Amino acid sequence: MDTAFFLRWITIVTERVRADRDHLTDLDRAIGDADHGANLDRGFTAVEEALAAKPPETPADVLTTTGTTLIRRVGGASGPLYGTLFRTLGRSVGDVAEVSHEALAEAFAQALAAVMKLGSAQEGDKTMIDALAPAVQGMRTSLDAAAQAAGDGARATTAMRARKGRASYLGERSIGHQDPGATSMALVVDALRAA
Amino acid sequence: MKKLINAVGDVVPDTLRGMAAAHPSLRVDVENRIVLRASGPTPGKVGLVSGGGSGHEPLHAGFVGYGMLDAACPGEVFTSPVPDQMIEATKAVDGGAGVLHIVKNYTGDVLNFEMAAELCAEEGARVVSVLVDDDVAVQDSTYTAGRRGTGATLFVEKMAGALAEQGAPLEAVAAMARTVDDRSRSFGVAFSAGTVPAAGKPTFDLGPTEIELGIGIHGEPGRSRERFREARDLVRLAMDAIDADLPFSGDVLVMVNGMGATPLMELYVAYGEADAYLREKGATATRCLVGNYVTSLDMAGFSITTCLLDAELTSLWDHPVETPGLRWGR
Repeated sequence: MDTAFFLRWITIVTERVRADRDHLTDLDRAIGDADHGANLDRGFTAVEEALAAKPPETPADVLTTTGTTLIRRVGGASGPLYGTLFRTLGRSVGDVAEVSHEALAEAFAQALAAVMKLGSAQEGDKTMIDALAPAVQGMRTSLDAAAQAAGDGARATTAMRARKGRASYLGERSIGHQDPGATSMALVVDALRAA
Repeated sequence: MKKLINAVGDVVPDTLRGMAAAHPSLRVDVENRIVLRASGPTPGKVGLVSGGGSGHEPLHAGFVGYGMLDAACPGEVFTSPVPDQMIEATKAVDGGAGVLHIVKNYTGDVLNFEMAAELCAEEGARVVSVLVDDDVAVQDSTYTAGRRGTGATLFVEKMAGALAEQGAPLEAVAAMARTVDDRSRSFGVAFSAGTVPAAGKPTFDLGPTEIELGIGIHGEPGRSRERFREARDLVRLAMDAIDADLPFSGDVLVMVNGMGATPLMELYVAYGEADAYLREKGATATRCLVGNYVTSLDMAGFSITTCLLDAELTSLWDHPVETPGLRWGR
């Protein structure tokens, strides 16, 4: 997987976030504050501009620029959390021209740990971790397995009671709604197999 | 959606341009979204920086000025600002005595302020952060992100701001901010949800006889949904929730706050009930605020925030303040 692969990945994520913007916002409207789609769309649009302004030379460049731009432009919890995900991926793959599948799987494991630490969230808290953690497991097999696991993980949040983030204030009433953060995380992981 | 705006994407910059035009006492950087005192940093004074999503006006930008904040960082509507804003604001207000970050306890605000504080410290700035978490509607903080920061943010900004203006060092200003938060509690009730411009429809739907209890200030639904009832009962419900958590006694500062779409007339009805409630408990409302101070766009409803006063807190509350949103004594 070379620089062009990672650029394709980010482009697909950007397109899908734009297409799913209202769906993500509606999920957030049910148990949050109705801005998840709008915030990610704003962030990835800024990422698109940043990558066009200064074409990256390595996979790590793509990932680090993506992460830094998200932190600088998104705000909310998702800015630092997604930003940390991509920055950790960039740091982990290192200064190479080609990333092996094993190296990407290891980078995702490190990114999962970083995002869990920053958000102090565990699996089962009804957050993006519930899509990311299964994806990290699946990635040990293939990108297809990762995407499948992330999607299953996101759907499984519907039955969960939120313990982190803004949905946690709803207590029992957060049950029955799919988590917007887990949904967008599944989108991000699924885009990998299309890249 | 009927909103007095030009374009959905321009709401925040247009608001800032309007504030700049209306208040020459502010220096507004529309592009970087930072609101500062036009007078610049005060040498030797601790700088106070706060920030959060837009849509809560006059919080925070309306409280920049003598006796309160030195800078505010407005984010998108209901979305926390980004670290770059806090970093720039921190540099701009550092008068050599360090900078206090006042952060409402919402995951997004906490994460972005943490990142900013770390980067400021790496560059050698002295920054202390204080979390405001006064919302008693959040009961089980083990299973949630913890109590939200709501109305008490105004109290913290006012009293810590007064102490900073009097020349106290950073540690003392931070300790005062924590004391005010410790002694303050809030409870909010919504009659109808607000509409985030980018979403175009209300954040949640309430029937004609329904109310939402224990709301935060970002349009998120609250603790439970119940039937509508008269002001006396609604105020009692809010005051009981506060009293059960931190019993009322002695002198109390009371804010009856409108969420954005509640007439001032009704807020006074509620204040009368809150005042009577305190008398019943043997306490006295010696200071008060009645009006729209910590709002949630066009949400209808109210919140009550109280703070148990002592002589020092009372004198800090009475200290002169001159901001677009709060001014007296000067």
